[in-house]
Amino acid sequence: MTGVDFPILLPEILLAVYALAALMFGVYGGKDKLTPMITWATAGLFVALALLVALRNGEGSLAFGGMFVDDAFARFAKVVILLSAAGVLVMSQDYMARRDLGRFEYPILVTLCTIGMMVMVSSGDLMVLYMGLELQSLALYVMAALRRDSVKSTEAGLKYFVLGALSSGLLLYGASLVYGFAGTTLFAGIASTLTEGHAPLGLLIGLVFLLSGMAFKISAAPFHMWTPDVYEGAPTPVTAFFATAPKVAAMALIARVVHDAFGGIPGDWSQVLAALAVVSMFLGAVAAIGQKDIKRLMAYSSIAHMGYALVGLAAATPQGVQAMLIYMAIYVTMNLGTFAFILSLEKDGRPVTDISSLNQFAKSEPLKALAMLVLLFSLAGVPPMLGFFGKFYVLKAAVDAGMVWLALAGAVASVIGAFYYLRIVYFMYFGAEQDPVESRMSAVQWVMLVAVSAVMVLGVVNLFGIEPIALTAAESLLG
Amino acid sequence: MDNLLSIIIFIPAVAAVIMALFLRGDDLAAQTNAKWLALLATIATLLVSLFLLAGFDPANTGMQFVEEYPWIAGLTYKLGVDGISILFVMLTTFLMPITILSTWSVSTRVKEYMIAFLLLESLMLGVFCALDLVLFYLFFEAGLIPMFLIIGIWGGQNRIYAAFKFFLYTFLGSVLMLVAMIAMYFAAGTTDIPTLMAFEFASEPMVVLGMSITGGLQTLLFLAFFASFAVKMPMWPVHTWLPDAHVQAPTAGSVILAAVMLKMGGYGFLRFSLPMFPVGSYVMTDLVFWMSAIAIVYTSLVALAQSDMKKLIAYSSVAHMGYVTMGIFAANQQGVDGAMFQMISHGFISGAMFLCVGVIYDRMHTREIDAYGGLVNRMPAYALVFMFFTMANVGLPGTSGFVGEFLVLMGIFQVNTVIAAIATTGVILSAAYGLWLYRRVAMGALVKEALAGIQDMSRRERAIFAPLILMTLLLGVYPALVTDIIGPSVAQLVTDYHAALPVVAEAATH
Repeated sequence: MTGVDFPILLPEILLAVYALAALMFGVYGGKDKLTPMITWATAGLFVALALLVALRNGEGSLAFGGMFVDDAFARFAKVVILLSAAGVLVMSQDYMARRDLGRFEYPILVTLCTIGMMVMVSSGDLMVLYMGLELQSLALYVMAALRRDSVKSTEAGLKYFVLGALSSGLLLYGASLVYGFAGTTLFAGIASTLTEGHAPLGLLIGLVFLLSGMAFKISAAPFHMWTPDVYEGAPTPVTAFFATAPKVAAMALIARVVHDAFGGIPGDWSQVLAALAVVSMFLGAVAAIGQKDIKRLMAYSSIAHMGYALVGLAAATPQGVQAMLIYMAIYVTMNLGTFAFILSLEKDGRPVTDISSLNQFAKSEPLKALAMLVLLFSLAGVPPMLGFFGKFYVLKAAVDAGMVWLALAGAVASVIGAFYYLRIVYFMYFGAEQDPVESRMSAVQWVMLVAVSAVMVLGVVNLFGIEPIALTAAESLLG
Repeated sequence: MDNLLSIIIFIPAVAAVIMALFLRGDDLAAQTNAKWLALLATIATLLVSLFLLAGFDPANTGMQFVEEYPWIAGLTYKLGVDGISILFVMLTTFLMPITILSTWSVSTRVKEYMIAFLLLESLMLGVFCALDLVLFYLFFEAGLIPMFLIIGIWGGQNRIYAAFKFFLYTFLGSVLMLVAMIAMYFAAGTTDIPTLMAFEFASEPMVVLGMSITGGLQTLLFLAFFASFAVKMPMWPVHTWLPDAHVQAPTAGSVILAAVMLKMGGYGFLRFSLPMFPVGSYVMTDLVFWMSAIAIVYTSLVALAQSDMKKLIAYSSVAHMGYVTMGIFAANQQGVDGAMFQMISHGFISGAMFLCVGVIYDRMHTREIDAYGGLVNRMPAYALVFMFFTMANVGLPGTSGFVGEFLVLMGIFQVNTVIAAIATTGVILSAAYGLWLYRRVAMGALVKEALAGIQDMSRRERAIFAPLILMTLLLGVYPALVTDIIGPSVAQLVTDYHAALPVVAEAATH
């Protein structure tokens, strides 16, 4: 450990110090009264750090002998993670306060989780990977069970914990196999054992276990079982968080592992990812049709979306990684807007998540309904919304890599998927008359919803210039 | 003037955005403002598009007014028009102000209604101008959203069923098209439409699931595009969404649907199917002929049995579109000229027919034929207009309806006499249902109590019909207005098509 390494880890260190300080401050300074302040401070810090990370440029640098990597890829992922975490924090503040959930631990847990995610995307070693992943996961388990007096929330937390522990076990088992056959846990070291382009069988089995463990974290089918229950049971702001930053981190982690450590044998993991992608896309699309709860629906929607992002990764090309990064950035933005909307729904002061309660919503709230309409069409991938371009990118990457069948499967699944998003539109615009659900939005939620839907339309012009940035990031990963 | 096409496409969209951002309230003043803004925007689009027509050189069979900018995802934003697409652009810009004017009596959610129509205009224009596959798909698909909402929100009793049927039918069709586009990109490595038109897709016989497919990849691609365009057109037997959509859509929605959106199918055949997959088209020609012939006879008979005016006209649209597909696949100068002409003329006539229904629907709020009778006694002007368009719809010489059908029949006769004979019976059948409709609605004594106080057309309504009558007559007596513009491009298309065919004869012998 040398002094040179610290500047590289500066954002993570700052966050860790802040988390501990905020914890002390919260405990001794008046507990839950301080929640709004801590929330805003945390969000502010996230944004500041995102700026700090974004403004770093130059070549990638390694810290601690290659165990921690700071390259353009990690920076891209970190910026997305930090900004989306900040977004979720500020838009859930109002919901938390009114539902008697305004605990000061929540922003601190989010901070810890974010540190974990930042470590994940920067990991250059299986141990660091595991450390980051567990830090993230442990924080998430607690957050899922944040509403201690609710059976559903507690169940969600417990369920997530048990299955999460199982997946961590798988991952560790895979890591140990990889270590056994490669003789090192360092990604660069693993890569150097693959120089001939093929790997010993044990390494391959290790790789499959690693991928399974990580597929659990992005809730790719068939490792998705926990997702609908946890999404439904956890308090909505926590669900919003689940659906955004951790997905980006885990997806980036997969990209990091397969390219940095196993880049020499793309054929071996590409087919695994492609299979995961196809199953996720179809399962997400089909299973969502019957859902009555909008949070469960979003869970299946996220499974399908992860399938599309995996299509990009399965291509195993710089364009594929670029497509994945763009897809994730668009996905996270869409979800922020959608959850801002879901958070605001209530009836007689109680949160509502029933889809049919949206009947005739467009009559009472035309603007919000319109914004939501744009988001839903974007999620469905109907042009000209940005969501279409996300899908287009990954499908194009797959075609360019010669995986036409994967692209075709993606196109077909997207039609099936369009149906359930359209169902929400149906309720909002054409549903039967009834007591309308109220939408009590804080200013932040309103801005989030409207801004995101505007982004979905205006992004058509040039995607706000993230294309070349994502390409640089992808190239830094594939060297 | 480098960006003339972009300007034309985006004037309505910009007006829609302005309306969304700056028009507040839902009182009468705001509604009137919205209507006027929409009307002005569509008129402005029409005026600007006249520059396009003036600057267009028919002798040049290539793309004109081309704009090309790099865009995201390695795509290009490329627009351009040739002899085949320019008239569709003109048709759209010409019909939009009329459509907007016909919505003057709407009073629910007026602002949103106008925004939907303006966006729809932009997207429809985009479809006809796009020269990049993905850009085309984007406009083609996105047009579904405003139409879906127009039917679903402002439609009749059973609007939701109709809106969903409309959306799912067309969406299913277009996904197959998207799949084919992916395959095309994979085969040709580009999404540029002019390049793809020159590209020869593989046409060697292919074995899929144990079946040998003549024409190979071309046939498969053709079928995928065919699924989309046949639904859009619509061709028998995938036409069933159209009567539902028309009956439930508000008058203006029906007008746009019949006059412009159906033409996207025909345009697609001319822009994609024939030039890009000549072999596939050739292999499938007989199928298309029979589907068209069945459409003409069957839907004409179905039209005879209708009791709902809009449904009757919808079925008559399907029959008329049968002539279009038939003419396109006859693949000779008369046939394709006729198909183009029929599409343009049908744009005016069917639009006018739906407006005619709209006029009396606004007064009586029913579309049942039985609810009317003897209208000529109270509404002479209306009876005249309705008579004129019924005759044009039947294909009376002197109206544009005649020219299109005649050219198509001439074209098809050279290729397939049997089909030509069957199709000709459609002319008689259309006279049957058209004249019978007219007799039941307008002729006879005015015996229905409810009709006793019905008023003749207002000045606004007369203003709507005047340009349509003018165009129908003008094209009927001087068809060269259209054929001069489309002629060279069609000739080029037909030549290229036949030049690509020797391969078929070879493939067929294998």
